[in-house]
Amino acid sequence: MSYLVLNNLTKRYGSTAAVDGLNLEINQGEFISLLGPSGCGKTTTLQMIAGFVEPTAGNIVLNGRDLNSIPANKRGLGIVFQNYALFPHMTAAQNVAFGLEMQRVSKHECADRVADTLKLVGLAHLADRYPAKMSGGQQQRVALARALVIKPAVLLLDEPLSNLDAKLREEMQLELRSIQRTIGTTTVLVTHDQSEALALSDRIVVMNQGRVEQIAEPYAAYEQPNSEFVGGFLGKANIFKVQPEPTSTEPSVRIAEAMIALEGVPMPNTCVIVRPEKILFSTPHPAALPGKMKTRVFQGNHWLCQVQTSVGDVLVIRQNDGEPVAPEGALVHLRWRAQDMRPVGSAD
Amino acid sequence: MIKPSQAPWLLSAPALTLYATFLIAPLASVFLISFFNFEFYGGIQVAFTLKNYIEILTDSYYYEVFARTFGVALAVTIACVVLGTAEAYVLSRMRNPWKGLFLMVVLGPLLISVVVRTLGWALLFGSTGLISKSLQSLGLASGPVSLMYTNLGVGIALTHVMVPFMVISVWASLQKINPSTEAAALSLGASQFTVIRRVIVPQVMPGILSGAIMVFAMSASAFATPAIVGGRRLKTVATAAYDEFLNTLNWPLGSALAVLLLIATIIVLISTNRLIERRYGAVFN
Repeated sequence: MSYLVLNNLTKRYGSTAAVDGLNLEINQGEFISLLGPSGCGKTTTLQMIAGFVEPTAGNIVLNGRDLNSIPANKRGLGIVFQNYALFPHMTAAQNVAFGLEMQRVSKHECADRVADTLKLVGLAHLADRYPAKMSGGQQQRVALARALVIKPAVLLLDEPLSNLDAKLREEMQLELRSIQRTIGTTTVLVTHDQSEALALSDRIVVMNQGRVEQIAEPYAAYEQPNSEFVGGFLGKANIFKVQPEPTSTEPSVRIAEAMIALEGVPMPNTCVIVRPEKILFSTPHPAALPGKMKTRVFQGNHWLCQVQTSVGDVLVIRQNDGEPVAPEGALVHLRWRAQDMRPVGSAD
Repeated sequence: MIKPSQAPWLLSAPALTLYATFLIAPLASVFLISFFNFEFYGGIQVAFTLKNYIEILTDSYYYEVFARTFGVALAVTIACVVLGTAEAYVLSRMRNPWKGLFLMVVLGPLLISVVVRTLGWALLFGSTGLISKSLQSLGLASGPVSLMYTNLGVGIALTHVMVPFMVISVWASLQKINPSTEAAALSLGASQFTVIRRVIVPQVMPGILSGAIMVFAMSASAFATPAIVGGRRLKTVATAAYDEFLNTLNWPLGSALAVLLLIATIIVLISTNRLIERRYGAVFN
């Protein structure tokens, strides 16, 4: 029995559906990410779970209890908002204590739990500081502590890291994950940042235009996207139109000049996705796609190359393993293994 | 060619001239006249005497006038804080066509002259006025009830005049609140009432206090409303000074009253401002 179940959850504004028949089962202790571009309905979904937005249809069941009839302030969920939403007139400790005061926890226990939670997020030394005097990362931690201290049934994170700079965001990702593992709270994260979703989640729910595109573990979602949208949204992807090659003795497909033997991989319908890091530079070969190195960008641990071919620009990522990469303007040949082609729908 | 350093001065020159001519100069002359001498048969004599101040500070009649002025101003301020804050919050929560409409309704009275509005209140307040008649017909009063020439009447009419300033001030503060703080408080288990008391009101406190300062200063120096509703017997400092100037023609005494009112109001405002800065400076930059 799943812990948090969303049944055919739908929210319509007028005739447009912000969330359209969402079904999702979340296990206790699981870390789920709702990932998608802005306007895909992920935030609306979160707000429906939180109780700020009423669903048009469908229901939300938490631990066997239907949440629809329960108002937001009785649901007992912890929420971290994108802009933190700290109370500016309260110190960090007062912010964290607010939820416990609402539960009428005794003063003594309240002080202990606030201190413990601030310690958990590494802010014990800033307990008496006002939010206006804190950095974005520190405010973020206070917001997290405030949501965690009430021991929420579910922790809801609404783009919590999007206002932090890149370096801090990575640090917070690791920390958020370790805190979540430590306390084991079921967590739903809303994000448009694919690396955040990949780094943090047990499972990723990729959403587009109010609908679920794919629900999968991060590795599977990345390696086996089931649609062009998922492939393009989760990481970088090259999409090729393929044609069956009837002249070949074994099952093969043709992508422009390259004829690739399928080696047991099922015959794709129309298109395949090939991740840029799966593409190798090779010597001329019937299975290789020839092209011209258009641009190459050095990024420290890897090279980002754009290769001009007869089927458009192809993105190639090569690990910086010390081998020289072909200069711009040079003729190159691109190869990849048959199993690195992931069949998806049409490329129209 | 205008040098960049001159530009600010040149740009503010018209306003500075206006203030110098119509505010600083009259204030200075009022201050000077307050030290002049006045004889009932001799009129105003140029002199330097503290007679006028001593007269005011030793006469219990003036203490009563000052007490009434600041008492009514304080009551009006409290009423405006309560009404204006609630009104601004309700307005801020309204949806859009209604929000604009009701903001117009709230601010609309400012478009009508204070004198006209106060005369309207006088019609309602009189012993044959609407309030008196309704109370009698409802059986809540045995005889005619008049709010004219009472502190309560002055207070009600002044509150009506002042509430829009409070609403504007709190409204400005409410706009700066992060709406998610309300959602955050709700999610932490707070009731709607607790959200307002613990989260909204403290955040708009700077707006409430600056509105209160405005309302207090304007109520303490209000003239038209106390003059019409309060009449000649229920004097405030402003109407007393007016009478000294235009009826007894004792300009020096009237000036001294005006100067003392200004000083008292400034003291109240500065100390309140200090309080706000000390209390909220650390929280709201």
